Amino acid sequence: MKPLPRWADSVLLPLLNVTLAFFIGGLIVAAVGQNPLQAVGIMIYGAFGYGNGLGYTLYYTTDFIFAGLAVSLAYHAGLFNIGPEGQAYFGGLGVIFVALGLNGVPWWIVGPLMVIGGGLFGAVWGFIPGYLQAKRGSHIVITTILFNFIATLLVGYVIDTVLRPPGADNDESSPILAITRVPQLRSFIPFFGHSPVNLTVFLALICVGLVYWLVWHTKFGFAIRALGQNPVAANYAGISNQKMIMLVMVLSGALAGMVAVNNVGGVQGRLILNFVNGAGFVGVAVAFMGRAHPVGVLLSALLFGALYQGGSELAFSMPGVTKEMILTIQAMVILFTGAMGDMLRIPLQKLFSLRSSP
Amino acid sequence: MQRPPGAAASPIAIELIGINKHFGPVHANKDIHLVIRRGTVHGIVGENGAGKSTLMSILYGFYTADSGEIRVNGQPHAITDSRHALALGIGMVHQHFMLVDNFTVLENVVLGAEDSPLLNRTLEHARTQLAALARDYELEVDPDTLVENLSVGQQQRVEILKALYRGADTLILDEPTGVLTPPEADHLFRILKMLRDEGKTIILITHKLREIMAITDEVSVMRQGAMVRTLTTAETSPPELAELMVGRRVLLRVEKGPANPGKVMLEVENLVVTDDFRIPRVKNVSFSVRAGEIVGIAGVAGNGQSELLESVSGMRDQQSGVIRLNGKPLSLEGDDGAARAREAGLAHVPEDRLRMGLITNFQEWENSILGYQDRYGKGLSLDIDKAKEDARAYVEKFDIRPPTIDLKTANFSGGNQQKIVLAREMERNPDVLIVGQPTRGVDIGAIEFIHNQIIKMRDAGKAILLVSVELDEIRSLSDRILVLFDGEIVGEADPAVATEGELGLLMAGVHAEPAPAAGPGTLPAHETAVEKTLVERGPDSSSLKDSQQ
Repeated sequence: MKPLPRWADSVLLPLLNVTLAFFIGGLIVAAVGQNPLQAVGIMIYGAFGYGNGLGYTLYYTTDFIFAGLAVSLAYHAGLFNIGPEGQAYFGGLGVIFVALGLNGVPWWIVGPLMVIGGGLFGAVWGFIPGYLQAKRGSHIVITTILFNFIATLLVGYVIDTVLRPPGADNDESSPILAITRVPQLRSFIPFFGHSPVNLTVFLALICVGLVYWLVWHTKFGFAIRALGQNPVAANYAGISNQKMIMLVMVLSGALAGMVAVNNVGGVQGRLILNFVNGAGFVGVAVAFMGRAHPVGVLLSALLFGALYQGGSELAFSMPGVTKEMILTIQAMVILFTGAMGDMLRIPLQKLFSLRSSP
Repeated sequence: MQRPPGAAASPIAIELIGINKHFGPVHANKDIHLVIRRGTVHGIVGENGAGKSTLMSILYGFYTADSGEIRVNGQPHAITDSRHALALGIGMVHQHFMLVDNFTVLENVVLGAEDSPLLNRTLEHARTQLAALARDYELEVDPDTLVENLSVGQQQRVEILKALYRGADTLILDEPTGVLTPPEADHLFRILKMLRDEGKTIILITHKLREIMAITDEVSVMRQGAMVRTLTTAETSPPELAELMVGRRVLLRVEKGPANPGKVMLEVENLVVTDDFRIPRVKNVSFSVRAGEIVGIAGVAGNGQSELLESVSGMRDQQSGVIRLNGKPLSLEGDDGAARAREAGLAHVPEDRLRMGLITNFQEWENSILGYQDRYGKGLSLDIDKAKEDARAYVEKFDIRPPTIDLKTANFSGGNQQKIVLAREMERNPDVLIVGQPTRGVDIGAIEFIHNQIIKMRDAGKAILLVSVELDEIRSLSDRILVLFDGEIVGEADPAVATEGELGLLMAGVHAEPAPAAGPGTLPAHETAVEKTLVERGPDSSSLKDSQQ
């Protein structure tokens, strides 16, 4: 059977998957006696229809782009990094150390340093599993999962013992002063209401371009893809597999660390316990749905951002649809686009070969 | 080989009438008519992609023909799966064996053909059957040995036993000698002749014309999906068959002038290399290659050739020894040694193009810079325009088809894939070219081209190290032959003087002593030697230096 044409592979198939997911989700909504069409309308309006909603959608999207790019980059090297959650969380330490160390200094000086701090700490958390894979043969899937747990406990410990101001009750660091925080868009554009979307969203867009350039227009990207497609041939081509694995995991971790810049530096203004809140895991789904292509990641991150924001809007406006149901719909999207993303491929291929040779 | 008298008159075992098969736009079998007579060995030859395997897969029930009829013993049958084919007495011995490694021979033979849910009775029944088959057809294999401990030749015998145990009276063998040593191949042919003399029908798919001439009674030639002609083997010749296969005249002999060896370019001294399990595979090997000569390394697969190639090309670390290129010692340690070897002027056409030499998911132009990517562009960025420009030049010069540099490499035929690798390595103007199995799985037309390119490189003053398991290739290309056995160089031969027999004995590790005469039903001494080493070493396995997975 012939492979699908490019446009069908990269646009039609994901679109069908999402439609299918929403259809099943609609059945669930209908099963509890609510109107699915109305629910979809509320979700779309909630996500895109007005400034505050759009701002929230973009804020979530920012997180998902970073995490999705982190997974995608590693994936091109044949590495399944499912540790962006932990890498982002650990990156939070880098961001907060920089920000509290320079608290009161204007954001346009501290902001770039927060990017470096978050990137560096995320990179360290990516490097260790990379090193273990390259030099010791420990499987990256296992180590990155475990490093998520280690990050949870370690960062929690640091918050508890170092960052929490004396006498405070909450599990969080002391706050970053407003002048030092990454500015939110609403401070220039009132349209965004009270939503938390901040300048980091532009950093995310830059990273989309950078990753694209890196993977397809550099020697390093050539080596990444060679390694991912055929490690033996990469060795034949004189590419050091070990060095590449470690370097790619460093970059992947650094990308995940940007999630912390968005949250710690731009939204919460402090390091809160478990601030990543699953964004790193969503990144895995985003990368798969976007087929590890930066533009695909951008689009699927936007979809997931809209799902998150539209979902909370739905829970608010339609009390019959509970938070659990919205989680279920989100899970459907992940299921159909990620785990079962190829389910419709063979029927579609049959359809296309029927059309081309009647 | 004499055709048994009256073969033409013997009844028809299998008849294919007007078989057509399409795969998408590819017309793989075009109106094929074929008659195969009972009690004969019928050869089917053709280039890669000529449709041989498709045709046999239709006969064996893997594919269903789009149109056409299959008659077995005069009766039309629509063969829907391999079970059905077996029920009609058609058995297949696959190119890649379908055996369970950690089962015994006996268990493998009965697998899928058990008489009852309880195994014991089946096994006892099979044991007596196997003993009878072994006696009748020289198919001895210890039924209680695990398959993973058998040599490749013995595993093939298990495959044949499997088919016979299931009552096959027509056997299809797909490229059966590709994995065998010359003595093993001879033994296989003895077995096939015995089977034929007992009235079995053998269909032999091969691209080796020598085998066709040696064993078949009739031969059918396929080209581009069509059946070109069926001939009586005794009335044809290899040049005629080659011409029918390719559609034009082919030079089977390589034409080359005398070598003009210059100074020593590649020097290997006391090289020791181990495999992934730290077992020494290359043991204290020393040799040199001069500019303007081709040194061929002959040997049965698995005697250290792969490790030798990988070590000299920087893919595998050496334990000890020195490799010098143009007088300067090469340091190739680490998993990027191949890059340093290339920098020093050594190009490498690897033995296994799909596993090492190419990334099949890459576009053609990407593969035409693989290993040389750092020479394209300044700083980080990759100069794609320059890469594509070079790729286009190679495609033209090496006549790579289709001439589209944006096509995924997996979509090129084996011969064209090999040309992509050769063009990449030869066009960098290296001082030393090392070539492993240059024509493995490549069709006759491309073989001629590849051989000529290698000789052109030699005449341009390059030092060439050639490793091949095809003795013919080694003999016709090399200016000097070194024989590798069990990781050691056991002899050097002049290709103009050495006979195939002499080389064969060296390859089997027999030093200049004549082999003891082999009685009927016993293995010749050198064959046992080869099999023993193969068993000890196990199948060729290596994951090289990559640390992934």
